[in-house]
Amino acid sequence: MLTKRIIPCLDIKNGRTVKGINFLDLRDAGDPVELAKFYSENGADGLVFLDISATEERRKTLADLVLKVAETINIPFTVGGGISSIEDVEILLNNGADKVSINSSAVKNPQLINELASRFGSQCIVVAIDAKQIDGCWKVHLMGGKVLTDLDLFEWAKEVEQRGAGEILFTSMDHDGTKNGFANEALAKLSTTLNIPIIASGGAGTMQHFTDTFKNGKADAALAASVFHFKEITITDLKNELQIQGIPIRVPREERRGTKGE
Amino acid sequence: MGNMKIVIIDYGAGNIQSIKFALKRLGYNAILTDSETEIRIADTVIFPGVGEASSAMAKLKASGLDKVIPSLKQPVLGICLGMQLLCNSSEEGNTNGLGVFDVNVIKFSNDLKVPQIGWNQISNLKSSLFKNVTENEFMYLVHSYYAPLCEEAIATSEYGIQYTSALKKDNFYGVQFHPEKSSTAGEQILKNFLEL
Repeated sequence: MLTKRIIPCLDIKNGRTVKGINFLDLRDAGDPVELAKFYSENGADGLVFLDISATEERRKTLADLVLKVAETINIPFTVGGGISSIEDVEILLNNGADKVSINSSAVKNPQLINELASRFGSQCIVVAIDAKQIDGCWKVHLMGGKVLTDLDLFEWAKEVEQRGAGEILFTSMDHDGTKNGFANEALAKLSTTLNIPIIASGGAGTMQHFTDTFKNGKADAALAASVFHFKEITITDLKNELQIQGIPIRVPREERRGTKGE
Repeated sequence: MGNMKIVIIDYGAGNIQSIKFALKRLGYNAILTDSETEIRIADTVIFPGVGEASSAMAKLKASGLDKVIPSLKQPVLGICLGMQLLCNSSEEGNTNGLGVFDVNVIKFSNDLKVPQIGWNQISNLKSSLFKNVTENEFMYLVHSYYAPLCEEAIATSEYGIQYTSALKKDNFYGVQFHPEKSSTAGEQILKNFLEL
């Protein structure tokens, strides 16, 4: 049975992880490679690296980082942030990224989705959508939420699918950072109207929130950052809980062995 | 194991780097090449592939690799699209395959989310390729097309229907999943292949 995925998200600036990473047992928690290794060894089903640097050298720094991550971890990972051309994508995929995520560049130039999908295959093209509710309508935002567009979330998501995206990463700006749970109503609507996997993002605070987003939000994967980085929730505990709740989930072999002895 | 010559067929299909890195973590060095001579003298051959079937097949034909691959005598492992191209045909772009595995690859039903992306279980394991791999182990898969159940199946998975997730015929092996991205269990399968 296909299982639901748990995906930690790492924000990267100038080749370093940012946004409150405070593992005590890591030599260098600012090192994305070390953090990625930690998560891959602790049951994560995938990782997302979101590059938020704005320097001239960012492309090269990110490409180098992707190469080091690919060398180190044995689970799939997605890279996003500032990707706007076929060349950008080619470098990242050649360096070992499994998927790339595009956001603002897809809205500015929707044809880019078609071009990337036909060149590299839909399976490696994730379109990230940030949206929030304005007067009861979900409106797409760009530039990390700073710029409002006319686009309706559900219409844009449908278009993205038709243009060849393989997956949608939907972040609810209304829920992001609140730790009050995911935007399950909107997620369920996306998941039932579209035929591609939906990754839920924004709002994770408790293990129950993950259960809810899989059951009520019908999400295929759930992404979170701070609850994992601050060890408020460990992936092992989360997966055990999801299993108890009847959610299909992958429990890595090492942990299955571990539990037998208990 | 340092003396073993492992070749990864380089025909412009994506994500070859990940396979090379996975082998490196196991202590093996692999060569990326499209040279027939290099491929023929290798001890083992990995035939990767990510992307669209008809354009991948066109690339193989352009370099003559479509004739080389089915005639190889050493162990060959097709991964993902590589596995699908080893089959008779693929519905994707109405592609004629290399015809090693006697099965036709078809598209998942529209009732399902396509592509299937994520970790699914492999069952009914029957090959030394799966030595020390537990029945129902999880593997990472990303695909829209699949090989139906067939004689040559050595593993099956379920996604709406039961389908073939690994095949074997003589010296040819094919896996729909990505062992290089399937954690330690995936690495075990790669190790098993190299030690066949």
